[in-house]
Amino acid sequence: MHDKNEKKPKSLLYLDGVSVSFDGFKALNSLSFIVEPGELRAIIGPNGAGKTTMMDIITGKTRPDEGEVYFKGDIDLTRKDEAEIAQLGIGRKFQKPTVFENHTVWDNLELALNRSRGVFATLFYRLMVEDKARIEEILATVRLAARRDDLAANLSHGQKQWLEIGMLLAQEPELLLVDEPVAGMTDAETAETAVLLKEIAKTRSVVVVEHDMGFIRDLGVKVTCLAEGSVLAEGSIDFVSNDPKVIENYLGR
Amino acid sequence: MITSFLIKSLDRTILVAVAILLALAVLVPVLNLLTAPDHPLHVPTYLVSLFGKYLTYALLALALDLVWGFCGILSLGHAAFFALGGYAMGMYLMRQIGARGSYGNPLLPDFMVFLNWKELPWFWYGFDMFWFAALMVVLVPGLIAFVFGWFAFRSRVNGVYLSIITQAMTYALLLAFFRNDMGFGGNNGLTDFKDILGFNIQADGTRAALFAASALALAVSLVITSGIVRSKFGKVLVALRDAESRTRFLGYRVEHMKLFAFTVSAMMAGVAGALYVPQVGIINPGEFEPGNSIEVVIWTAVGGRGTLIGPIIGAILVNGGKSIFTAAFPEFWLFALGGLFVLVTLLLPKGIVGTAQHYLARRRSYRAETVSDKGAGLRASEPMAAE
Repeated sequence: MHDKNEKKPKSLLYLDGVSVSFDGFKALNSLSFIVEPGELRAIIGPNGAGKTTMMDIITGKTRPDEGEVYFKGDIDLTRKDEAEIAQLGIGRKFQKPTVFENHTVWDNLELALNRSRGVFATLFYRLMVEDKARIEEILATVRLAARRDDLAANLSHGQKQWLEIGMLLAQEPELLLVDEPVAGMTDAETAETAVLLKEIAKTRSVVVVEHDMGFIRDLGVKVTCLAEGSVLAEGSIDFVSNDPKVIENYLGR
Repeated sequence: MITSFLIKSLDRTILVAVAILLALAVLVPVLNLLTAPDHPLHVPTYLVSLFGKYLTYALLALALDLVWGFCGILSLGHAAFFALGGYAMGMYLMRQIGARGSYGNPLLPDFMVFLNWKELPWFWYGFDMFWFAALMVVLVPGLIAFVFGWFAFRSRVNGVYLSIITQAMTYALLLAFFRNDMGFGGNNGLTDFKDILGFNIQADGTRAALFAASALALAVSLVITSGIVRSKFGKVLVALRDAESRTRFLGYRVEHMKLFAFTVSAMMAGVAGALYVPQVGIINPGEFEPGNSIEVVIWTAVGGRGTLIGPIIGAILVNGGKSIFTAAFPEFWLFALGGLFVLVTLLLPKGIVGTAQHYLARRRSYRAETVSDKGAGLRASEPMAAE
């Protein structure tokens, strides 16, 4: 108990004893989990382990039945909704790339840009020089500068994933939650994405959920394995993948 | 590339539409008032009022387009806001009658005398002043939309469910306004108007002025709506229409955005209703009929939702068709309207204007590509990704 209180202020994200059930199915079962500032963390686990539910709880989409969720030590995330949590600095990338298909690449980034998001602020918004420069910079980072005026709908799958990562950069979050970033990507794109994520993690904390073990190995970071709604093992990729419980539950055979 | 072209052409479209409306606002009254009745270009007064009515319908359709076309809120109760604006104007017109009513009561409208009421209900106070009535024309629909939207959007009622409760809203208002005790004239509504701002409401000059006012109101609303959808706010609206939860995760308060658009739209519908009532000379609870709101959706769909000028064209075309059709085969109009909706949904899902814009944009991008193929140097200098 004493130890817990000491840990809370230092950590960026702090989950303790979080449980949630849907129609009797326990999606999360007393999950405890800590992310330090500036950390890049990978999360693995079989289908139904609660990875996406955990992200839903952190971003305010789902409320936990019990347990504590704190951001930056003392901000109680269980009392806030999606928009508030996003404004606090938690960004989320979904499994399926969700960009605004009827907007251009540029407009997608402009919408994501971390500026005031009220009704009147957006109604009378003017694209300032520094905003323009920031968008240009992000376009270069995600390699979409040539396609700035194309509708997002016309991008390839991999380009959509990158656009979404670009949108997250524009949001300037302190904590970035990334759900299966390399699903459906080619090997070359996967390797590039690993470089991109490591680059991003230099300035903020990133939590990556991924099934691709090769990709996790590329990242070379601390791994948490979830199963049946709680943490099964935590440590380096070699440590976790040699854990007998992990082999039984996830890696299998 | 394509979108920047589209945006440019859209800007031009809005400008042209506004210019046409302003020209109509001058030309039609001139042709009505200053030409002899046997002149070939003379516009008879009944046509002035008829077209004026179409313009108010067009404004209602434009209001619906803001929420349906850009925000994804399929409101099946927009005619209710139109009717509320109409009632506010009707109350002003009733009080202008003064002692000229059948019962000659200087304060109470005829229906109140008939119901044996002794004094004016509190909510009729102030409606003898035009500015007050004009304020209520936007405030009442705006307030009802705000309260309704506040609860609906906060509870994240979406899609069909939202459409159904908007129908319920207009139906509830229909039943309420039918009651004599409500103090709005029961099923007879408000009628027998005499004058507006001191001018005889039947006079040709007043009719022409009302037409001009309708055209002007439509032009101003078109510019405002276009400004809204072209702003960053408008981009957020389209974003939340297509991917609502993604927009939330970007930190936008989706419910506030929707609430603003819905309220502005209801206010515009109120203005349309206020201009409609003096031109048709009556407002009764029939205007709250759920079918009316559904007709507005059809006009918007026919013209092309999300195009701003589409709904205006759709409202004028469908209502023009209705006037002709109901004169020729009155029994078949509803079948024709239903058939039209089915045909448009199947064959022209983007509506008339949406389809036209689609083809124009394709032709332009095709032309742009052939031009850049000819000039190889041009392609290298221009950051254009032609796939």
